[in-house]
Amino acid sequence: MMNPEKKRLRRTMMFLNAQKPGLIKDPYIYKPDSIMLDLEDAVAENQKDAARFSLYHALREINYHGCERVVRINALDTPYWKEDIRCAVAGGCDSIRIPKTERTEDVKLVEEAVAAAEKEFHIPEGRTLIMAAIESARGVMKVLDICESSERLFGIALSGGDYTKDLQTHITGTGVELMGARQNMIIAARAAGVQCFDTVYTNLNDMEGFRKEVESIHLMGFDGKSIINPRQIRIVHEIFTPTFKDIIFAEKVVKEIDDKKAKGIGVFTVDGKMIDIAFYDGAVRTIYMAKAAGVYKGDL
Amino acid sequence: MEIVQPAMAGTLESSDCQVTVEPGDDGIEFNLESVVINQYGNQIKKVVMETLKNMEVSQVKISVIDKGALDCTIKARVEGALFRSAGQFDNLPWGGAVR
Amino acid sequence: MINAVGRDIPEEVLKATGKEVFQGVHYKDGYTYKKDGPVTRCVSDNKKSKLVDSIYDVLIKCNIKDGMTLGFHHHFREGDYIVNMVMEEVHRLGIKDITICASSLGKAHDPIVPYIEDGTITNIQSSGVRGKIGKAISSGKLKGLAIMRSHGGRVRAIESGETRIDIAFIGAPTCDDYGNCRGIGGKSNCGVLSYALVDGDYADQVVAITDCLVPFPNFPAHISMTKVDYVVVADAIGNPDKIATGAAKPTTDMRKLMMADYCTQFVVNTPYFKDGFSYQTGVGGASIASTISLARIMKERNIRMRFGVGGLTKPMCDLLANDQVDCLLDTQDFDLDAVESVKDLKHFRISAGEYANPFNKGAVVNKLDFVILAALEVDVNFNCNVVVGSDGEITGAQGGHPDTAAGAKCAIVIVPLLQGRIPAVCTEVTAVTTPGESIDVVVTDYGIAINPKRQDLIDCMKGVDLPFKTIEELRDIAYSIVGEPERVEFDDKVVGIIESRDGTILDVVRKVKEYTFTDN
Repeated sequence: MMNPEKKRLRRTMMFLNAQKPGLIKDPYIYKPDSIMLDLEDAVAENQKDAARFSLYHALREINYHGCERVVRINALDTPYWKEDIRCAVAGGCDSIRIPKTERTEDVKLVEEAVAAAEKEFHIPEGRTLIMAAIESARGVMKVLDICESSERLFGIALSGGDYTKDLQTHITGTGVELMGARQNMIIAARAAGVQCFDTVYTNLNDMEGFRKEVESIHLMGFDGKSIINPRQIRIVHEIFTPTFKDIIFAEKVVKEIDDKKAKGIGVFTVDGKMIDIAFYDGAVRTIYMAKAAGVYKGDL
Repeated sequence: MEIVQPAMAGTLESSDCQVTVEPGDDGIEFNLESVVINQYGNQIKKVVMETLKNMEVSQVKISVIDKGALDCTIKARVEGALFRSAGQFDNLPWGGAVR
Repeated sequence: MINAVGRDIPEEVLKATGKEVFQGVHYKDGYTYKKDGPVTRCVSDNKKSKLVDSIYDVLIKCNIKDGMTLGFHHHFREGDYIVNMVMEEVHRLGIKDITICASSLGKAHDPIVPYIEDGTITNIQSSGVRGKIGKAISSGKLKGLAIMRSHGGRVRAIESGETRIDIAFIGAPTCDDYGNCRGIGGKSNCGVLSYALVDGDYADQVVAITDCLVPFPNFPAHISMTKVDYVVVADAIGNPDKIATGAAKPTTDMRKLMMADYCTQFVVNTPYFKDGFSYQTGVGGASIASTISLARIMKERNIRMRFGVGGLTKPMCDLLANDQVDCLLDTQDFDLDAVESVKDLKHFRISAGEYANPFNKGAVVNKLDFVILAALEVDVNFNCNVVVGSDGEITGAQGGHPDTAAGAKCAIVIVPLLQGRIPAVCTEVTAVTTPGESIDVVVTDYGIAINPKRQDLIDCMKGVDLPFKTIEELRDIAYSIVGEPERVEFDDKVVGIIESRDGTILDVVRKVKEYTFTDN
């Protein structure tokens, strides 16, 4: 059976250094959909061990009030990742993020280690999900295979910094250097039925630039964005919140189709116009997003 | 666990604590310096003692410089220092001695 | 004896001070009294000069002796040199038993601690103390009782004769040889001299100390020559870098921004937020951020402020510059923009008495719609503590907190729920410094609590999308995260009293006991 959490709402995924007690104690007050407790880049090489204890007890003892708790483990070419997985799974994390994913084998390796840890620590099998970060040209070229590599995999995320280095360019702020990766990834993710998340925006002084980027990836079809500061949350959630007009229309679509289907009628009209059954899933998703954003108070 | 060499974990940042362990020969010698000692001194001591007990440490000099850390952080720093002292970084007893 | 905020005030303290226990914010309304006047020595001989060479000489001229009370103001904030300069000379003269009556004392005054230890200073009356003086008082080193009183309370104590100032020392950024003082100009420009005006009016002898002597007349004078006995010129009376700093950059800390946003949303949803409203706020990051977001909403909704009060900072002065407020009433300037704004014709200087004295025939605070305050602790009865740290040590000042809270129609306290591990919302504050009956709303990063006494405010927030909680819920959230704190252990010895605005006793501060583990 599919873990229902695979499809949960993930508009914002906030990076936090797992080694910083001041950061991990209450990020939920800002209401991100997910937090990503980082054992990788944020943690210095000589603190990898200490970060795990900090992570383990945070996972066990801090009530994150429904925020998804993703743990970013160290890369598979380091000596740390296996123990990272044991620690994170034993702590009861919701998901593991694999950095620098390039091959289906990477996901398989992690999947095995996660399954073994679930068994070792008596965690229900299949509880711990996986996401894959794509950080290289090779990763982008293999992205559909990666998306389809594991039943546990709920999504993929672009990591723009490393990816643009691999491409021999850099983050320009225009998005031109990320166009190909973004398009490939969202198409592959949709084809495989998993979620797709955009890279971080690091210039905290340019909130307008951030807003434009979020608007653009929202239109491209992305499910959410990785963020580095709670100030970015509100903007993302605003953009991912359906407009009043969309909500009214979606509500009419859902009600019309449910109603007519119950009566055995196969022709649907909203506001006097014929609509197609293909509108249904989109309308349900709109209502779901509106509910998540707290703007839908209707009865659906 | 036997403490064979000195080790330290944690920082002096706000909400963190720095824990130092050294070999001892007179049971548990506990020393605490805390910005919240008046309000949480006993609680911090209790957490440190429980953690040492879970790790089966009975001979140690342990000193904690606390900057307002929560219990979960104090535990993590004590364990961090102990496992560093023991030189063990893999196959840790998550959910066992570490709990 | 238990007072109206449930604090037990020891009989011996009542006996020693002759004071009553606190019996409610407006207990003394209608009280009739005769004001106390200074003993004045007139200057009619036109050949006499008021200029004196040194502080030492002026102390001799003023006949300084054991047991006198000296007045000081704190417009130079952490940049003040006056208190230390004067006390050094007092100490050199071997004088004992001095009472310091200051509008406030800070870390800048750490150097006077040895004079507390050796009995030069035996009493301190101040809005509050920080740094080493706080530690010295809390460890029982001050011989007498420290009295902590609000800005309005200080004026009351002086005007009613409860405190008689023998010599007041007024740091004056500019002064002429006849004693006309201004807060404006010079090297130690602090904008206004509001807290010192009562010293000028009521101290027997008044000494102006300046580092910028200007030709007569230094007009319009903030403190007139008619009240000044002597003028001393010093090399420096303060450190300009610490008197008025550059305006603080608006905070980017999301926690503060979130609290500021909650606060502003609350303000704009009250019936008081309408054309012609009045407002005061503090200097904390969240208070400043809430002023900025409020200004934006005022513009959007075309709502104009009638007057702003305070301790002023750039965002308040921007309201004047942008024509969003009719006038500002100023008691203190916290940044260079505020000092500069004093030149604006609609930026009025007011005295601490006009601002907040409860024994006036009315004060400005009584006309406030909103005041936005901070606190170290708030308890489930909405009592606030802004003076005593959770560890029992004196480390803050009442300032205008109890005055504005009592006066404003809507007093809002913004406080992060947790300060490190310390829960800011607790069962019982370490010391009550503003009574809960004056506090209407507590805004934290975890939610907002309205005082149940304000059913009207609760009603008008129905349907407003803010995270409302009860004050008990806020406390419970805090305790669930950090654990319930142990009570700080105090000695029986009382080291200070927290005076209510009206002179009654709100609380006492006791000597802190050294910590010991309970299971030893």
